[in-house]
Amino acid sequence: MRSKIENRESKILFALLIALVIAGWLFAAPVYAQGPNIDDEVNRIAKGLYCPVCPNTPLDVCNTQACIDWRADIKKMIQEGKSEAQIRDSFVARFGPQVLGAPPAEGFNWLAYVMIPAVILLGAVIVWYTMKAWLVKRTPGTVPGDAPEIPPEYAERIEKELKEL
Amino acid sequence: MPRWVQTVVFGAVIVILIFFALGLRARGEIQPSTGPAPDFQITSFEGQTIKLSELRGKVVVINFWASWCPPCRDEAPFLERTWRQYKDRGVVFLGVDYVDTETAAKAYLKEFNVTYFNGPDIGSEISRKYRIKGVPETYFVGKDGNLAGNVLGPIANNSSFMTERQFIQKLEELLAK
Repeated sequence: MRSKIENRESKILFALLIALVIAGWLFAAPVYAQGPNIDDEVNRIAKGLYCPVCPNTPLDVCNTQACIDWRADIKKMIQEGKSEAQIRDSFVARFGPQVLGAPPAEGFNWLAYVMIPAVILLGAVIVWYTMKAWLVKRTPGTVPGDAPEIPPEYAERIEKELKEL
Repeated sequence: MPRWVQTVVFGAVIVILIFFALGLRARGEIQPSTGPAPDFQITSFEGQTIKLSELRGKVVVINFWASWCPPCRDEAPFLERTWRQYKDRGVVFLGVDYVDTETAAKAYLKEFNVTYFNGPDIGSEISRKYRIKGVPETYFVGKDGNLAGNVLGPIANNSSFMTERQFIQKLEELLAK
């Protein structure tokens, strides 16, 4: 009995070990010999910024001279040790909030974030009340399938009168 | 439907319509060419600060440019030459550098030996006030502080926006007023 329990415990331990190895392999951060490529880092940050002079073009895919200069600027800031947030803030301060993919959620901009869910919610409320109004209108007896049962004595009388006709 | 739902729906529709109207209005706005010149303060690349309203009594030329803008290069030598010619006659040139990097902007100014006042448009605030649609754009401000026209393209001899001769004529007109 004792050896059976020990055998079971060792099986559980082995399974946990395997699970840990798999989890470690799945979630481990990539290891770079000399750190991540700086150009990849530049493109990653540039992807979240927009060219202020060519509408709707992210900075990482824009090939104008301005965008090339700005990417060089991002690279310089990374080399100076600035964080992504600091770089983004610097771009917003210099060129305005239009360099961001989405307006910052502050002040009047909140409306852009609140408006769509509010309209959806409002639509849902309207649909709910409309449906409710339709269901209330379907009062018993107005729809053929919902007709109340006729008492047997009345049914018999009707049958009888119909036969007499 | 309860009355409060009807009121909320009505209110929401009104708000959406107001936003729609404001959006259409903003899209239709064009660059100003008359009326009081939108005031602004600008700090040069060297750290000197100027406020437009403090230049009342002088003719001011506001030129929006960027180092990455090829047509700006076409007009840069002419603007510098004209500035040197008119600087002692009560004309002030203000170069407003639009969405640019400081290194590239300074290299541009050095390349064209630009000596008149130039500074970056921090946060694109001045550009927004003048609702510029691109660069180069040039605005004339009279001695009274009112806008006296604009040029929404390069100033060059072969330009369809304004020739160098027309620019000189404009300055003379404003100085004579």
